[in-house]
Amino acid sequence: MTIIYLLIPLGLVVLVLAVGAFFWAVRSGQFDDMETPAWRILLDDDSAPPGPKDD
Amino acid sequence: MTVSHQCFHCGAPLAADAPVAVVDAAERVFCSDACRRVAELIDARGLGRFYEFREGPTGTSTEKDRREDRWAGYDREALQREFVTRNPDGTLSAHLLLQGVRCAACAWLIDGAMTALAGVRSISVDPVTTRAVLTWHPDETQLSVLLANLARLGYTPFPYTEDDADRVAIEEQRAGLKRLIISGLGMMQVVSFAIAMYAGAFQSMDEDIREFLRLVSLVVATPVVFYAGWPFFVRAWKGIRERALGMDVPVSLAIGFAFTASVWNTFVGDGEIYFDSATMFVFFLTGARYLEMMGRHRALSLTGSLARHLPGTATRLVDGRAEEVGVMELQVGDHLQIQPGKALPADGVLLSSEARLDESVLTGESTPIRKLTGDPVVAGSLNLTHAAEIEVQRVGAETVMAQIGRLVTDAREQRPRLVEISDRVASWFVAGVLLSACVVGAIWWQIAPARTFEIVLAVLVVTCPCALALATPAVFTVATSALARRGFMIRRAGALQSLSRATDVVFDKTGTLTIHDSVDPDVVTHGKQTAAEALEIAAALEACSEHPLARAFPPPAVAGLAEDVRAVPGAGLEGRIAGRDYRIGTLEFALEICGQLGEISPHGDSRRIAYLADVDGLIAEFDIAERVRDGARDDIGRLAGMGLEITIASGDRLAPVQALAARLGVRATHAGLHPEEKLSFVRGLQEAGRKVVMVGDGINDSPVLAGADVSVAMGSGTSLAQYSADCVLMSPSLEPLAGAVATARKAMQVVRQNLVWAICYNLVALPLAATGVLSPWMAALGMSASSLLVTANALRLGRRERAPLAEQPASESAAESAVEPTAACCKPTGGAAS
Repeated sequence: MTIIYLLIPLGLVVLVLAVGAFFWAVRSGQFDDMETPAWRILLDDDSAPPGPKDD
Repeated sequence: MTVSHQCFHCGAPLAADAPVAVVDAAERVFCSDACRRVAELIDARGLGRFYEFREGPTGTSTEKDRREDRWAGYDREALQREFVTRNPDGTLSAHLLLQGVRCAACAWLIDGAMTALAGVRSISVDPVTTRAVLTWHPDETQLSVLLANLARLGYTPFPYTEDDADRVAIEEQRAGLKRLIISGLGMMQVVSFAIAMYAGAFQSMDEDIREFLRLVSLVVATPVVFYAGWPFFVRAWKGIRERALGMDVPVSLAIGFAFTASVWNTFVGDGEIYFDSATMFVFFLTGARYLEMMGRHRALSLTGSLARHLPGTATRLVDGRAEEVGVMELQVGDHLQIQPGKALPADGVLLSSEARLDESVLTGESTPIRKLTGDPVVAGSLNLTHAAEIEVQRVGAETVMAQIGRLVTDAREQRPRLVEISDRVASWFVAGVLLSACVVGAIWWQIAPARTFEIVLAVLVVTCPCALALATPAVFTVATSALARRGFMIRRAGALQSLSRATDVVFDKTGTLTIHDSVDPDVVTHGKQTAAEALEIAAALEACSEHPLARAFPPPAVAGLAEDVRAVPGAGLEGRIAGRDYRIGTLEFALEICGQLGEISPHGDSRRIAYLADVDGLIAEFDIAERVRDGARDDIGRLAGMGLEITIASGDRLAPVQALAARLGVRATHAGLHPEEKLSFVRGLQEAGRKVVMVGDGINDSPVLAGADVSVAMGSGTSLAQYSADCVLMSPSLEPLAGAVATARKAMQVVRQNLVWAICYNLVALPLAATGVLSPWMAALGMSASSLLVTANALRLGRRERAPLAEQPASESAAESAVEPTAACCKPTGGAAS
């Protein structure tokens, strides 16, 4: 069972990395808008829209 | 193709020669060329599917906003400083407020159309706050081009400087999220160790491994308690210092005791550890707090910003030359030229000899105010007649308008009385919890000293007044924001509670149940003037009025013809044109000017509303077709179905009021009321013990709105209404009103449910904890489940209900067209929203 002396600290390191990644995501504003991105994937066409055209 | 009576783009009723265009693979009809162009542009960029997904009609920009030179001022660096930030990679990001964004489909449309433009890196639009961040490369395009493109899509942009409240909200949100994740991940780890140790106790776990797991639990639990749980300690300490016992006091006592004892036992190597209970407790409480905070932020950010009332640019005079500058560049002492029809960008004094200003945005008084040289003028007021010159005295946050904005924000943040009461009850409750914890501790100390700590901990944890302290405010914020999303803004904190108790709804007629938007009234002349001349006179007078009726008249050919225009509420307008006095309004009011009351019999059928007269007698009658507000019959029917008494109280004459009442299925009508009489009518109802909701346009109704238990103003009226009424109906239909009453009732029901739950839960849990049946981790679980339950129950109010929209259209169109053929244009908005 001595392997847990290695595995648990390893798990904690992964935990710290995950928390770090999450903090970075929060700081860069990825969680500020939770609504639009969900819609974008439903609506987006894969084809690029035609270029801008003035009226 | 179905025959539509509404503009495909903005939902406005159609004129006879409406422009037609092929959009989204079908022929569509538009109210104007402006809407047609917006829709064609959207279609040309391959984004026509927007129309399938949007939740309601969309806005249109004005012709002026679509031109690039309108936005040229924003290319200047000095102006960009305020709302544009520079990114490390050389791109710039502009913070904008977009007018007309209704739903996520709008955000998608803007994203699709704007990122296709050269130089645009990204644009993110928050459909809830209508805020956008536009990132572009300054070498490849100019901001003015991008802003004009936004306007062409139908979303007029406004530069947006984040005020402190928003920054604080975002910071709070981010911090809350971080705390949630720290406590969540930490809790999972600690609990899994706890389970391992629990299982290990039966399977003879090595003492070394047990010690190791306890140490690891300590390491993981420390950030959970001191980072995620920190706000509880801070608030508890604040509460103690202010002598107000909140729910944070027992919470932080429990967390603190559990953690300290566990740390001690970990190092001593003996006795129980409670890291699992402590982290679980912190996680669930943080989760409930986070949900509550999100609801609150949504509610607060929805009402938008007053920034929209101010123009973005101004014309500054330097040595006699005019230059276009951004409002944010203005300085005290600048001389500005204000074109007629434009709003003043700053407070100052008038330099021109005379000006007529509409200060209704600030004061609510819609009558133009005559200002002379040296008179103070305020930002946000509208220059009505001639170009005027002003000297700037106060800018930005110091203007009167900004101060009013702060007042409005304060009003939004005031706490409803019910929340205050529940806070007070909660603090007694907390005192009771602390006392009973002491008593229980003292008793167990006599019986079994070893178990005392565990049991006191369980008592502290299990009893938590979260139904009072957390769920009651959550009910209010969630209900408020759910209503705001449906177009019903609540401005006074107590309005929701009053709304739930309402027994009567009193409607004003003109501008509330009916709207006038024909801009082409039929004219019957009596005097020597031709119909066109009479219409021109009327239009000149009405141009100075904000009454909903005034919108039935076309804009005058020459601006500023009428002088000394005075509005008499409930009667009409009086003014002078080219030296002659005129009156327009009710028959009695108009004929007073020539003293011929009773001598002239008008052609009048019931729908003739406006009469124009001068000293020589009656000139003309204007047949202004009133259009019943879309879906009004169904909406009123729904209100009546909820057990509310519906009454129409109008200043109009009996015949049209009764005709309308018959059409809408309303029995009680009171016609010919002056504003004071409306007020005394409402007072009479109140004296009979009724709770009255008054719905009006907010102009003629200000006194009665103020006198009602809850006042609702139609958002399409003037801005005055938005300041004086408790609630503002932002949608063009009355539909949200019934929803608001239903939500208010449901909100109060939820508050009661939560209280009943809290009482029952504590009655069961406290004895169990005190007798030692519950261990601390069970207590943490039970209390957390209870607090999540009440919070979730509160958040339940925020769910959208779409079902009623679908069943609405058929019945109403049939009923209305049967009564009167012209009513065919009253197509309910529900059809467009599906």
